[in-house]
Amino acid sequence: MSHMHHMRVGPVRFRVASHWAGPIAELRRLYADYPALSGEAATATARIEAARPWRRWVRPAVHIGGDYTIPDALPLPLSQGLLAAEMAMNLQVALGWRQHLLLHASSVERGGRAIIMVGASGSGKSTLAAQLGEGLGEGDWRLLGDEFAMLGLDDGQLSPFPRLISLKNEAIAAMERLVPAARLGPAITGTPKGTIRHLVPRADAIARMDERATPALLLFPTFGGEPGLRPVAPSEAFMRLTDSSTNYVALGEAGFAALTKLVRDVPAVAIGYASGEQGMAAVEALWADLRP
Amino acid sequence: MNAVNNLVAALRDPASVAALDGDGWSGLISVARAEVLLGTLAHRVADQALPPAVAALLNAARIAADQAQVHALWEAEMCARALAPLGVRFVLLKGTAYAAAGLPCAAGRQIGDLDILVPRDRLDEVEAALLGAGWEWVKDDPYDQAYYRQHMHELPPLIHGTRDRMIDVHHTILPLTARVAPDAAAMLADSSPLKGGGLYVLSPADMTIHCAAHLIADGDLAGGLRNLWDFHCLLSTFGDDAFWPALKQRAAHHQLWPATHRAARIAHHLFGTPIPLGWQGWHLSDRLFIRRLTARDGWGRETRPLTRLAFTIRAHMLRMPPLMLAKHLWAKWRTR
Repeated sequence: MSHMHHMRVGPVRFRVASHWAGPIAELRRLYADYPALSGEAATATARIEAARPWRRWVRPAVHIGGDYTIPDALPLPLSQGLLAAEMAMNLQVALGWRQHLLLHASSVERGGRAIIMVGASGSGKSTLAAQLGEGLGEGDWRLLGDEFAMLGLDDGQLSPFPRLISLKNEAIAAMERLVPAARLGPAITGTPKGTIRHLVPRADAIARMDERATPALLLFPTFGGEPGLRPVAPSEAFMRLTDSSTNYVALGEAGFAALTKLVRDVPAVAIGYASGEQGMAAVEALWADLRP
Repeated sequence: MNAVNNLVAALRDPASVAALDGDGWSGLISVARAEVLLGTLAHRVADQALPPAVAALLNAARIAADQAQVHALWEAEMCARALAPLGVRFVLLKGTAYAAAGLPCAAGRQIGDLDILVPRDRLDEVEAALLGAGWEWVKDDPYDQAYYRQHMHELPPLIHGTRDRMIDVHHTILPLTARVAPDAAAMLADSSPLKGGGLYVLSPADMTIHCAAHLIADGDLAGGLRNLWDFHCLLSTFGDDAFWPALKQRAAHHQLWPATHRAARIAHHLFGTPIPLGWQGWHLSDRLFIRRLTARDGWGRETRPLTRLAFTIRAHMLRMPPLMLAKHLWAKWRTR
């Protein structure tokens, strides 16, 4: 195909191709600091193509595809091409990756130990992880990932997967004030989730993408929920995590073993918070109480 | 070489992957995924020296495929329990049969739906037993329901409410509207039980013929490379001096010798399948089938739209006479 970019994010080696130059140029800019594949094989191929041949020119519409695709997914307008590329890359991992247990979660690390944050879209897990990863909290946190937490099947270690962070709606303005424009993608308006703007993780998150971490805390945040803490039993944590995994069933016994080990070894807490500051303070307080 | 040829070469001769560079592997992986052959490829090249990232990917693919077979065999067991009170012989078909019988083509093979063959005169009982055991209709539309029952070789697809797995209940192996009418009763009668359970599979000849029928005499050959690999493995497993004449005679009995012969020629050409000397040779139209089977580019995308269109039209013509096709398309169009 005419335009393509390839890069490694954690253990995944991507190649992304498109008919159109625009989305690939944006990818190239935002992923400039990620390692190139330099002659290695890609293990995940994402394609963003015209939904119908003529839709390359007439009301251009982008189909999200690659090695894996969702046949009935609605195409996006070309103005949302970068979002389509990011969604296509996520799709390849969600449906094709079998080397780790995948949890739809954000995660941060400090001193080699990690917090895994799990919640539905809008729970605030991405924003909280982004704020911690930007150094807005007290501690020196490193962002491991915004989309997927990759749990090792043999050793239970968390592999960083520091993709671009997709900021939504209110979270955008807060971050625009803090980070240089070079780290932000274009504002993409009119998506099903409102306005989206991608953020390149801080340099340390990219440079240290091969340094794994030991899970230390499972967090179920709810932004706008009643402030407070609630311990979550391993059984409930297990059920919620099976729900948030895209490959738990496919992995069979290996996935079950990894997940039961995680919920037995690591405490789980649900928190409600009304503001970013409150959320970060709750995380710091929980972290201070953890046995090292 | 292009990616799809690399896939054929890797399956035929696993050592051929030594020549691949990074781009070659990228294309091979995409095409293998598109043809649902990644697990098969992973098993084939397991002993080769591979780039580390590729080795890790294929190792995971192998484990995932093995796990998927556990799921598929469990589904067969669930079906056996649901049908046990009826005392009806049901025969496993396709992927689940290969896995249950421990055949070489099962290694790494992806298995989608559970396909079974039952006697046509017991179809109503089987249907009732499955509905009673938690399976549900996928298509509620009255036209689809009536269409399947009058014209197809299987019940409308059923899906299990909690396990989310589909079952296709066949009473023969080709649509009733097809020009070719295989002898399903003979297939059932000659099926044989597997060790350690009440599961049956087709006889070696019938299993091979069904594979060829599925590839050549039904459908538009989309994903056909995987069927052809099954066929190659079945011939390589069963092929001996007694098998070849028996296969030909049996295929003729089912009116499927032309399809079986064509599949054998194509498998011989692409995968080097050993077949009798007298079966070799080349029909001009075989080239078209190979063009269709290898219609993918290095991004895993389908290519050769005209060839594919021709095979889509052929599939419809195989399935039903033109007037009936027109009525069917009209009914489908009206209810869009």
